[in-house]
Amino acid sequence: MRADLLSDPLDGVGEALAAVAALDQALTTGLLRPQPAQAAGLAALADAVSASPLGSKVAEAADKAAAGAAGEEHFLFLAAARIALFGSVHDALVARVDQATGRTRQEWTVPPADPGQAENLVLAARSWLADVARAGWQGIDHDLVSGAEPVISALLPHPRLRRLAALLDGFAAELAASCPGSALDRIPARRWGDLWSRALLLTVPGATDAPTSTVSGRLLPLGVDLHEHATAAQAQVHAVLEPVGGTPFLVRASVSAPKPDTIIGAGIWQVLRPHMSLLTAVSEGRSVELTDMPITAEGDLLWQDEHARLGEPADPFVTARVVLPTASTPPTAPLDRHPVRIAVPVFLEGYAAEQTEDVLTFAIGGSPVGVDTDRVPAGPLTPEAVAGSNACIGLLRWDAGAFRVQPLAVETTARKKTVALHAGAWAGGAVDKVGVKAEKAATDAATVLRERAGRLLRK
Amino acid sequence: MSDWESASTARVLPPARPRKLAKVPFVELADGRLQGVVSSGSDIERVYVSSIAAGSYEFACSTNNNRPCGGARGSFCNHIHALITESVLQYGVDRVARYLRVEGTDLDAPALHSLMLASRPSQADSAAAAQVFSRFLRHLAYVELPPTTSPLPELQWFPPTRSVV
Ligand SMILES: [Zn+2]
Repeated sequence: MRADLLSDPLDGVGEALAAVAALDQALTTGLLRPQPAQAAGLAALADAVSASPLGSKVAEAADKAAAGAAGEEHFLFLAAARIALFGSVHDALVARVDQATGRTRQEWTVPPADPGQAENLVLAARSWLADVARAGWQGIDHDLVSGAEPVISALLPHPRLRRLAALLDGFAAELAASCPGSALDRIPARRWGDLWSRALLLTVPGATDAPTSTVSGRLLPLGVDLHEHATAAQAQVHAVLEPVGGTPFLVRASVSAPKPDTIIGAGIWQVLRPHMSLLTAVSEGRSVELTDMPITAEGDLLWQDEHARLGEPADPFVTARVVLPTASTPPTAPLDRHPVRIAVPVFLEGYAAEQTEDVLTFAIGGSPVGVDTDRVPAGPLTPEAVAGSNACIGLLRWDAGAFRVQPLAVETTARKKTVALHAGAWAGGAVDKVGVKAEKAATDAATVLRERAGRLLRK
Repeated sequence: MSDWESASTARVLPPARPRKLAKVPFVELADGRLQGVVSSGSDIERVYVSSIAAGSYEFACSTNNNRPCGGARGSFCNHIHALITESVLQYGVDRVARYLRVEGTDLDAPALHSLMLASRPSQADSAAAAQVFSRFLRHLAYVELPPTTSPLPELQWFPPTRSVV
């Protein structure tokens, strides 16, 4: 990887982020009775997208919002403008990543989905999000935030609405813990602006439609990435797929579930494990043979165990060294183009690890890249192991103005032997002493909750 | 702007910490109270719904069938004691103390307990119990929600963290 390219400045990114920050400032104080500074921020946002197809609608929305008269549709266009700006930042970043990795990216050729009718469930979410924008982050209180609860409870049972439900659930929990907003001494304005605008976007009919095809071939896992908030978790396996009669490309396979906030650590793997045999394959270092597995144009496998069969052993480090350099990258769906979505599998070796206080960097060909060990879930892959490693499979990510590598697995040397440590070692079931203890504690917690649910829920 | 303010993945909430759930299956800091559900030691069908209000430390304890707790006459009962202990395990003592507005140095669960008692808090009626119990049922319902293998791109905004925020 050409790490030197990752610290070079990117044209236009600063301007796009400044326009985003202007909207975020307006959202901080709220749009109920906007002041001149907020009106200027809204105008800056409208200016930044004036040449796009959204231009006139955003200009109108900015005017209405500046007058304190924005309706739900207007908030929707402000959110769309913010997302479009991040789309341009995303594109600049992935172009740079592709230069650095030398991999090719496929073109997005899927026509836009036909928007249908918005469901009432989703419209209730939109209405709450509009109220939140009017109050602003500094104006949130318990009454306002708790208004999300019935909406989330109604959305959660429907897997097709899970994207919106899981997002709102995590977002509302952060807002609830931050009430009253007037007492906050700092505000995660970029983050909450992201969550607010994405949630609004997900209320647009057709926004989450993803046409699928099927694929057959050999799946070679690279590692597992975990996502979680208090009441949801997702495991995402990154892998290379060698399709029958085709050239290899990068894919992901995901499994997610809502969960009580007391199910954590090994308990999360216990919740997810039964629903995707791939997690077991990953922990055992095996390939998987796929037959007619559904896949989206973004390279997301829609996992069904009946289309998968456990294959031969496949060392992720061999895959990373030999197959990964030849793999192409599927495109990102237009609405999902956001820097947070960038999670590009990379293989690194021959770096110099440097630890200064709590910041770890890998100097790759003399260029330092930050290493995000904080994202690694509990298991045998510790920050210390990463700092002492000589080869690393990771995900290249970008946030707060910098690229960083999130380790998925490392090779270290112990007693002159190479040892591999994986972030997803516990995914299919822990076998090490610490892991087995964590599994036992998690089983006990889950047993209590299921017993209580069985006894109390159906009364 | 600081990195935290300009980070899409800024950590806002610390991760919950592991604890045993047999005695106190549910604890939360919500509605201006530390509140939760404590299993009865003698009757498997019965649970106690206990709460302490932030600031005033006004406390309440009753069964899920709305019978007052015999131990909570004029003072914290064992259920409230357990609630405080388990909340400190789940959230850390600092977060619980901040939420309840208890001030002091070198706090732990017994210190929280005695500092709140020292202010001679009054006993609330059991009006909140029904709401707390229904929040517990909502919490339990998460156990039974179906998983999905369709990707949730929005969870990219929620990375795990090894450190305490
Ligand atoms: Zn009691």
